[in-house]
Amino acid sequence: MIIKTLIHATKTAVPRNAVRGARSMATVESDIFKPTKFGGRYVVTLIPGDGIGAEVSESVKTIFKQDLVPVDWEQIDVTGLQTGTVDPEVLFRESVNSLKRNKVGLKGILYTPVERSGHQSWNVALRQELDIYASVVMIKNMPGYQTRHSNVDMCIIRENTEGEYSGLEHQSVPGVVESLKIVTKMKSERIAKFAFSFATANSRKKVTCIHKANIMKLADGLFRRTFHEVSKQYPQLEVNDMIVDNASMQAVSKPQQFDVLVMPNLYGSILSNIGAALVGGPGLIPGANMGREHVVFEPGCRHVGLDIQGRDQANPTAMILSATMMLRHLGLDDHATRISKAVYEVIADGKVRTKDMGGNNSTHDFTNAILHKMETL
Amino acid sequence: MSVARTLTFTSKRLTAAPFIRARAINLRTYATADVKKPVAKFLGQKNANGNYTVTFIEGDGIGPEISRSVKQIFAAAKAPIEWETADVTPILKDGKTTIPEEAIKSIKKNYVALKGPLATPIGKGHVSLNLTLRRTFNLFANVRPCRSVPGYKTPYDDVDTVLIRENTEGEYSGIEHEVVDGVVQSIKLITKKASERVLRFGFQYAQSINKKHIRVVHKATIMKMSDGLFVSIARDVAKDFPDVKFDTELLDNTCLKMVTDPKMYSDIVLVMPNLYGDIVSDMCAGLIGGLGLTPSANIGDECSIFEAVHGSAPDIAGQDKANPTALLLSSMMMLQHMGLNEYAEKISKAIMDTLAEGKALTGDLGGKASTTEYTNAIISKLQ
Repeated sequence: MIIKTLIHATKTAVPRNAVRGARSMATVESDIFKPTKFGGRYVVTLIPGDGIGAEVSESVKTIFKQDLVPVDWEQIDVTGLQTGTVDPEVLFRESVNSLKRNKVGLKGILYTPVERSGHQSWNVALRQELDIYASVVMIKNMPGYQTRHSNVDMCIIRENTEGEYSGLEHQSVPGVVESLKIVTKMKSERIAKFAFSFATANSRKKVTCIHKANIMKLADGLFRRTFHEVSKQYPQLEVNDMIVDNASMQAVSKPQQFDVLVMPNLYGSILSNIGAALVGGPGLIPGANMGREHVVFEPGCRHVGLDIQGRDQANPTAMILSATMMLRHLGLDDHATRISKAVYEVIADGKVRTKDMGGNNSTHDFTNAILHKMETL
Repeated sequence: MSVARTLTFTSKRLTAAPFIRARAINLRTYATADVKKPVAKFLGQKNANGNYTVTFIEGDGIGPEISRSVKQIFAAAKAPIEWETADVTPILKDGKTTIPEEAIKSIKKNYVALKGPLATPIGKGHVSLNLTLRRTFNLFANVRPCRSVPGYKTPYDDVDTVLIRENTEGEYSGIEHEVVDGVVQSIKLITKKASERVLRFGFQYAQSINKKHIRVVHKATIMKMSDGLFVSIARDVAKDFPDVKFDTELLDNTCLKMVTDPKMYSDIVLVMPNLYGDIVSDMCAGLIGGLGLTPSANIGDECSIFEAVHGSAPDIAGQDKANPTALLLSSMMMLQHMGLNEYAEKISKAIMDTLAEGKALTGDLGGKASTTEYTNAIISKLQ
């Protein structure tokens, strides 16, 4: 399902004339989503990330091993923490090169320190460097796991490369700071097209644009206007738009009304966290960052989890489901189905659950339960 | 105002720091002394009848009905308030949206106003009335408490949050331009002056409502300089309030935790820049069932305006169906601001008891009562 989305989306996502100068048309056609494959095996970049990253990646690796998934990991331990002996910049470059080579990656979340100035978030830098412009976050109730809301099934598509995350800031005089939010027609159009293509390919009915155009009349106005322009090409889809504060209020009171949502960067961060809370927390939300040439799968609700690092408490579900999305992307549907089915069944059984889901089991217990379940499938 | 002076001094201290340290220290001391004077203190005096006069902007649509309800309840509670009705139908003066001079005079004289919902004027060129009021009276802080209403079931119980939002700058600076065709820049403006003012108010407010814990919500991982400045000013201001606990939290975590379990925020006052405040305050309103139940206060050094943030609901106007709770709760915040706490407590209790009883609820809360019946139920509880 995802695979279809991807292909569809990339074909329509970028207007030809908007392709950046250096890249020829041939590259666009030939390179897209053809990851490195040697002897029937794929090479995938693995960036476990900080916090709980190592633990949940271990879980994925174990599961892949047991299911004999034809994936070889190229693991790079990039970190946002100032601990290792290796210059973090070097590791970061290495991971970018690896992803450029392999085209596909699985990634945990990297820590971003608040204190140190001048250090950009590696997460954001990676997305900008690879131009993986569309963040897709799947928010859906887990069968058998009761939360305050039921029948939530929404998909948040978030512009990943500009907006409030431009990183352009300056101090005009001491005590007066300006931070720039950049919105461009080209990127607004490309994310809108991605959202509509995604909705079409996944048989979704409605696409909602989230904005604050009543206040940011030019910036969000451009985003909203472009969305409505693009929507004319998709008459089969229901289209509406909503102001972000109202959307947040609706999300916690009537989340069932939402289907596919498309929005600028910051609002995506807010709504994916609200959404995660609706269905059970960041440990359950898979996601992906998609570009024309690269895809990086990572938990949709981007929390580092430094507080529970190394305690064998983390819920690996988000990472495992992100990995199954990756398998579908690689065309390894059999493996994807078996693994995701096992995860859903273990959660539905309710016997083995990690702390965030109200259980007492460790990451290892949960992983083992999935391994056992897979044997029965 | 005293606070304005404080601000100038501290900023002077910053710029001049390396050269005239000795003097700077003096100034600092001076400023700290001034801190004891509260920001946005109510300055009104009782009139000859022993009452305070309050400007009442009844608003459009359901405004007059719910305003009548407030007046009746205040009269029944014998609150020492006299109302002075003001009309704020916008007028264009020199091409700028403004409100009639009389309304401005009335609010400036009384230092405090209560406001019902206003219909947004249709037609381009009109700045929203709320923004006009905010600018006219320099209302720099927006206070938005959200408390679960006993008679109304939502997926969340026991919500009791207080949020303070910076109201004058940030993403709402209005500075935007199109650099070239198809490329737009929108500027988020954070200044030391406005940040310090709202933060200082936040700490004082936390003390006054006895929730002695301030949490500043930010996104300084991404906006290192702008949100970074807000956070660092908060750290400085916190030093002047040693009895108030202070910490910071990333916006992502606030959204996640608030929606997972709002109880974690019961003893905390959240302070944040404009846009985050806008979004999170409405989200909190969503937790307890919408804007029909949430009060709001716009605080300025000179005057303060208390308002219902919901719409004017023209579809049910004049039918005696509207729910006056939001405006009533806003008027309770007003009484507290004016130091009339005993009346606020008395009336609040009557409102909450009526809601908890569930016999006289309006249509929006799933009841069948009219505005009048609901009002009378509250009045009967007062006696």
